[in-house]
Amino acid sequence: MQQSSRLPAYVDILIIPFLNLLTALFVAGIIIAIIGENPFTALSIMLKGAFVYKGGLGYTLFYTTNFIFTGLAVAVAFHALLFNIGGEGQAAMGGLGIGLVALSLGSVIPVPFVILLAIFGSALFGAVWGVIPGYLQAKRGSHIVITTIMFNFIASSILIWLLAGMLMAPNQMSPETVSFADGVMLFKMHQILNSIGFSVARSPLNLSFVLALVCCFAVWVLIWRTRLGYRIRATGFSNKASTYAGYQPEWIIILVMAISGALAGMMAINEILGVQHRVILNFTSGYGFTGIAVALMGRNHPVGIIFASLLFGALYQGGAELDFEFQTITRDMVIMIQGLIILFSGALAYMFNPLLEHFFVANTAQKEMLDG
Amino acid sequence: MKLNKTKKNGGETPPFAVSLKDICKSFGPVRANDSICLNVSPGTIHGIIGENGAGKSTLMSILYGFYQPDSGQIELDGILSNFRQPSEAIAMGIGMVHQHFMLVPNFTALENIVLGSEGRNGLQVGLQIARKKLKELSQTYGLQVELDSITEELPVGIQQRIEILKALYRGARVLILDEPTGVLTPQETDLLFKILKALKSEGVTILLITHKLHEVMAITDIVSVMRQGKLVAHTETKKTSPEWLAEQMVGRSVLVNSQFPEGKPGKIALSARNLCVSDKRGFNSLKNASFEIHEGEILGVAGIAGNGQSELLSVLSGIILPAKGEFVIGENSFNSYHPADPAHLRQLGVAHVPEDRHAEGLILQFQAFESSILGYEKDTRLGSSFLTDPNIGREHCSELMNSFDVRPHNPKLLSSQFSGGNQQKLILAREISSTPKVLLVGQPTRGVDIGAIEFIHNTLIKMRDRGCAIVLVSVELEEILSLSDRIAVMNAGSIMGIVKRHDATKSILGRMMAGMSPDAALESAV
Repeated sequence: MQQSSRLPAYVDILIIPFLNLLTALFVAGIIIAIIGENPFTALSIMLKGAFVYKGGLGYTLFYTTNFIFTGLAVAVAFHALLFNIGGEGQAAMGGLGIGLVALSLGSVIPVPFVILLAIFGSALFGAVWGVIPGYLQAKRGSHIVITTIMFNFIASSILIWLLAGMLMAPNQMSPETVSFADGVMLFKMHQILNSIGFSVARSPLNLSFVLALVCCFAVWVLIWRTRLGYRIRATGFSNKASTYAGYQPEWIIILVMAISGALAGMMAINEILGVQHRVILNFTSGYGFTGIAVALMGRNHPVGIIFASLLFGALYQGGAELDFEFQTITRDMVIMIQGLIILFSGALAYMFNPLLEHFFVANTAQKEMLDG
Repeated sequence: MKLNKTKKNGGETPPFAVSLKDICKSFGPVRANDSICLNVSPGTIHGIIGENGAGKSTLMSILYGFYQPDSGQIELDGILSNFRQPSEAIAMGIGMVHQHFMLVPNFTALENIVLGSEGRNGLQVGLQIARKKLKELSQTYGLQVELDSITEELPVGIQQRIEILKALYRGARVLILDEPTGVLTPQETDLLFKILKALKSEGVTILLITHKLHEVMAITDIVSVMRQGKLVAHTETKKTSPEWLAEQMVGRSVLVNSQFPEGKPGKIALSARNLCVSDKRGFNSLKNASFEIHEGEILGVAGIAGNGQSELLSVLSGIILPAKGEFVIGENSFNSYHPADPAHLRQLGVAHVPEDRHAEGLILQFQAFESSILGYEKDTRLGSSFLTDPNIGREHCSELMNSFDVRPHNPKLLSSQFSGGNQQKLILAREISSTPKVLLVGQPTRGVDIGAIEFIHNTLIKMRDRGCAIVLVSVELEEILSLSDRIAVMNAGSIMGIVKRHDATKSILGRMMAGMSPDAALESAV
């Protein structure tokens, strides 16, 4: 993901992601044109669906919240040069953490404490699920990419085993827990806003969104304003230099995976504590993986991640609208468009670099000659 | 392999073997090569010297087809040849021996030589033909190599010969050597020069990139000096002197080889007893190293790179654990049961200027001010509160840059954007500003320009006179000889002996580097 770019920062941060997005939309547009629909109509419906229609913005921001958490998780790990592909599993375990706290303490201690403990539980379970691969990488040299992918499967299997067994709600056919005790949930944003006089449509958007933004700020402080963040970045850039400086890279790796796993685990707060109020299967539905593209597009910076998450949130919500409006555009088509955006802003993120480098470097050289 | 000189028309002089015309190459705003014109006559040894970052390597990379010039032309034997990639340059008879050898360690010498030109009809056939051809080549140029030995088991000097043979095997008529003597003992260097002379007498044109002035004087016919991307001087070697060349390289007069007055040693600052290091395979890279070093003293550690000096520095700085033995700093003794770690040693006043400044000494992607606190971020250099303040870091870095004359004076610039000398000054500034009691220094002037070398040497002497104990590891004998009070020479992981500076000469050290005991070395010097 890291490339030594000779481009001005604003090009790297603004113009390249924008060009990638445009290219993806262009290719998607061609495909929509081929199946006989007007791509511009489709785009406008997507945008309206994501931001204008009643409740659309709420849903968009709800998805955005998921992406912020998983995107941050990937970004934090990447600052220590670790590819955490295990967002899915860590989020699933986070959900389990919430479930265990809520189901065991839900009717024992006051609700606010349950909620706080559940939030802590999600972070803790996610962290544990990140620390194990981290430990294996640091002390045993098992590659983090492989282990985190494997841990996704393990987490998924554990959840199936528990939800279809011990934790399954009695007298029921679906693999899910009983609902949490009354009140063990986060307030919805529309409830809060309506109560203070704004009229806002119903949506699943809840307080997790605020928590996600707080986490963005916290991650920024951690990485760029603390000594630990300095050590994390030093380790990410140069393991040898980190050893030289006495930072013990193994412990940094383990610690970073704990933070990363905790952030991914907190995604479950939005889905489980915000909406479902019980633990269900597959609530992570790919957010953990998409978080990789989000972090990539957001250049591993919290601000970038917020914007990238908003884009992907809009795609999810606007895409659903497309499916609804057009007979010819199916759900699979929407997934394909999302795939194109991930392809162009993720895998091919630096496709335009040589071109832009040529353009900008030639330009600056010319300017210098004129100045000189 | 004889040079084909049939292109002579009339009584005209033969075309130049290499002719560069108005070569320009920029990297972003940096002009690495600025209108370089250079003619090299066939069958000569042509030296190209200059400070680091002067553009020598860029120029040779252009000639070898690694880079394309922004403008300008290359002619070989009068034929226009602008290469788009090295394979085209190789086909036209250009060979390059890189500073870091491009050999596959576990291949035999023969396999390495034919690598990339194996022929198509089965490897064995190709190897047979190659063996025959190489026999001729070795005889012509006096380049003896055991073709069936495994490359990594051969001495560095032989590995270099493999590189040269590889180039000749592909029909090189122009040979580029990039800092070829950096890894050789004085004796190996002499052998290399003999080979180069033999090559020259057979009509091979040699381009020698170096920053060692005495080598230029010893072997080249013509010398060109580069400074800041420009070719500033071009002259016959006979008509010049090292002092004049040095002046041309830096653009002002410098002292070459000055000897500093000896220090006045005080109490023991660090003592090492039987330090051993072995790697996972059980190879002992450091064997029973014992020595003492006093306050106000510089202990030079000489030796060919890779004979245990790096391991010695790594053990003393806490980066690797000794397998056996211990070292004592003040009241604290460290061994494998009571391991040292770099952070703790730093608190005890052990500073370390590492050998590899790009991988260890600083972080290239960090801004200068961030690199200038590496290892010291815990103290107040980033502010005293829990949260750090980059402004304090920048101010701190700015002060360091002032007192060590780091240019450009910009704490926000990326560490990678400084020249080698300025990077080194920044590291030295960082380590010295903690007023250490023991300073471990590895290759302080490797790849550093002459102006900075002088500054770095003076700084080390100043530190010594303030009572700091300095361990100086360097492959540059001149540096060791002009700075050290005592000199330890290492060979194959062992310290062969420690000699006082006034007893030491280059040839004595050279013999000890090759494995002689100090007594034997002294005797054979008489």
